[in-house]
Amino acid sequence: MRDIILSIQNLNVKFSLRGKTLHAIRDVSLDVYRAESLAIVGESGSGKSVLNKNLVGLLDPNGRIDSGDILYYKKASSASRTTDESVRAESCVNLARLKKEKDWLPIRGREICMIPQDPMTSLNPLKTIGAQLYETVKLHHGMNARQTKEACLSILNDVRIDLPEKRYYQYPHELSGGMRQRIAIAIAIACRPRILICDEPTTALDVTIQAQVLTLLKEIKDKYHLTILFITHDLGVVANIAERVAVMYAGDIVEIGTVDDIFYTPAHPYTWALLSSLPQLCSRGEPLLAIKGTPPSLFKEIQGDPFALRNPNALNIDHMFMPPYYKISDTHQARSWLLDPRAPKVSMPAVIDKIKHLGGTADAV
Amino acid sequence: MPFDNPILKTDRLHVSFGRARNKFIAVKDVSFDIYQGETFGLVGESGSGKTTIGRTIIRIHRAYSGSVFFKGQIISGRIERELDRELPQRIQMIFQDPMASLNERAKIDYIVSEGIRGRGLPKKEIDKRVEAALLDVGLLPEFAYRFPHEFSGGQRQRIGIARALIMNPEIIIADEPISALDVSIRAQILNLMADLKKKCGLTYLFISHDLSVMRFICDRIAVIHLGRIVEMAETETLFKHPIHPYTKALLSAVPQPNPQVEKRKKLIVYSPAMHHYDTYLPSFVQIEPDHYVYANTPEIEEYQSAYHQTEPV
Repeated sequence: MRDIILSIQNLNVKFSLRGKTLHAIRDVSLDVYRAESLAIVGESGSGKSVLNKNLVGLLDPNGRIDSGDILYYKKASSASRTTDESVRAESCVNLARLKKEKDWLPIRGREICMIPQDPMTSLNPLKTIGAQLYETVKLHHGMNARQTKEACLSILNDVRIDLPEKRYYQYPHELSGGMRQRIAIAIAIACRPRILICDEPTTALDVTIQAQVLTLLKEIKDKYHLTILFITHDLGVVANIAERVAVMYAGDIVEIGTVDDIFYTPAHPYTWALLSSLPQLCSRGEPLLAIKGTPPSLFKEIQGDPFALRNPNALNIDHMFMPPYYKISDTHQARSWLLDPRAPKVSMPAVIDKIKHLGGTADAV
Repeated sequence: MPFDNPILKTDRLHVSFGRARNKFIAVKDVSFDIYQGETFGLVGESGSGKTTIGRTIIRIHRAYSGSVFFKGQIISGRIERELDRELPQRIQMIFQDPMASLNERAKIDYIVSEGIRGRGLPKKEIDKRVEAALLDVGLLPEFAYRFPHEFSGGQRQRIGIARALIMNPEIIIADEPISALDVSIRAQILNLMADLKKKCGLTYLFISHDLSVMRFICDRIAVIHLGRIVEMAETETLFKHPIHPYTKALLSAVPQPNPQVEKRKKLIVYSPAMHHYDTYLPSFVQIEPDHYVYANTPEIEEYQSAYHQTEPV
């Protein structure tokens, strides 16, 4: 049994929009283990960002947690094992019950922190890098001015910024995109959080810079014992950084497993579709396998499996009842009727087998 | 090369911004040919000048020196008014961000037809062509009376393509047409572009930084670094035998959707300081048929011996 740091239980999030209710997160349960990196994959609108905004209490004002709990365990279970569950329960915070801004202050930034998507817009253009980093360190550590500055410089060093002393007095516009993303990471880790949420931190960056930022994230994860939640739709990035992957579709987690489970033996038809639309898997001149149709509207209650309408292998039961989770292995489960023992045998599309042979060129280079 | 005359040719193209002390040369000495019916890819990081090249071809930026030829006719610098008016019909562009490139306050009808308006076409003819263009990109004709905000990202990109198609262009310059889109939508747009290429006999200049997509769609690829083409070859040659260190670094950085490979991966870091161009000046040379590299004499020897070593005997 691994040590759980965050446990989301039957979470429902709804938004009121123009007099209608949008059910953005539909009964999601998810356990996050301490010091792992979990990637959440899905199309835009699948609710992956909304799910993570709940963890830092930054849901838009028209959204609300309808039901469910988000339990955050501050202390590792090994520390509390001597005095069993009661101590562990004491250190546990239910984030879904926090209402006031004051309640959030000890959590947001200090325990759970988020790296925003776009480094171009998330830094204050009027303040120097140093000033922005300084205010975070000052707020969370309460040291004197000289110590604070030294702490800032050492953090800049940790995120591999050369000449930290010079950068400290520079403004965001003087730095490149990759450097700015490093600053955003520096500000996030300055408060020594336990969980770091990365919301598509590399989409605005070039491939070469992206690779460097990913390496950096892995380094600081080891150094600071971070738990990383990684939101992205780039499967190449997922393969690089994640240990476990959760695939989201229409506000629900349809499949979850280790990165090898998801890439080599995916079980849900949506995961199949996502993987087979990768251009790397297709031969030139042939059309790519695109997922037909659009995700269902979340304004209406969805009858049955939300992916049924776009699934070429949909069964009758898919249109009537929501499938439960089927356990494929200890680490791998998926929500699809195809895994029921009574269902007809539908095997994974053959192209996905090619994934194992991908990256031959990367070896040759 | 199975193609005859290039449809588009740039010859020693230089583009610069600013003047005197603030002068910045964005594109240096870029020469390439694009042949009828092929997809030519320009790849490089942001700031490498790949978009500037695209924009210089459609005359948004002025070429500082060098020239651009379209079907043998020079189209850079001062050209006749009539040609200037005709060119936008022949060369069209698709933009990166479908959210930003459509006029929020105009209906689709107007956005798509803007290019053919003011050319003395009757209203009926315009409507007919808008309808045909929308159908071509897989949208319904009744969408013509809606506003851009009513559409999803993928649909908006289709509108952007319809706007280019309505001119019946011969070349489409696609400037990162899919980087702002979702994974599942990307496949749809790439398929659409491939279909249209067959159907309308288009030639594409495809600008991107995503090498995995380029491998799928491009026939030939030019790698740009700091405004200069450092390597140019047919797609598979480039992927299998990259020669220039920058190309190698770029290829090593592309994340592969294969967890085991990613774990073992080693990044190659490129720094321009590794070249010693003081004594021997570099030039753009052919290493093997249709495979060009920017290198100086000692480097060419090194590359050639390395190239022959990797080849299985």
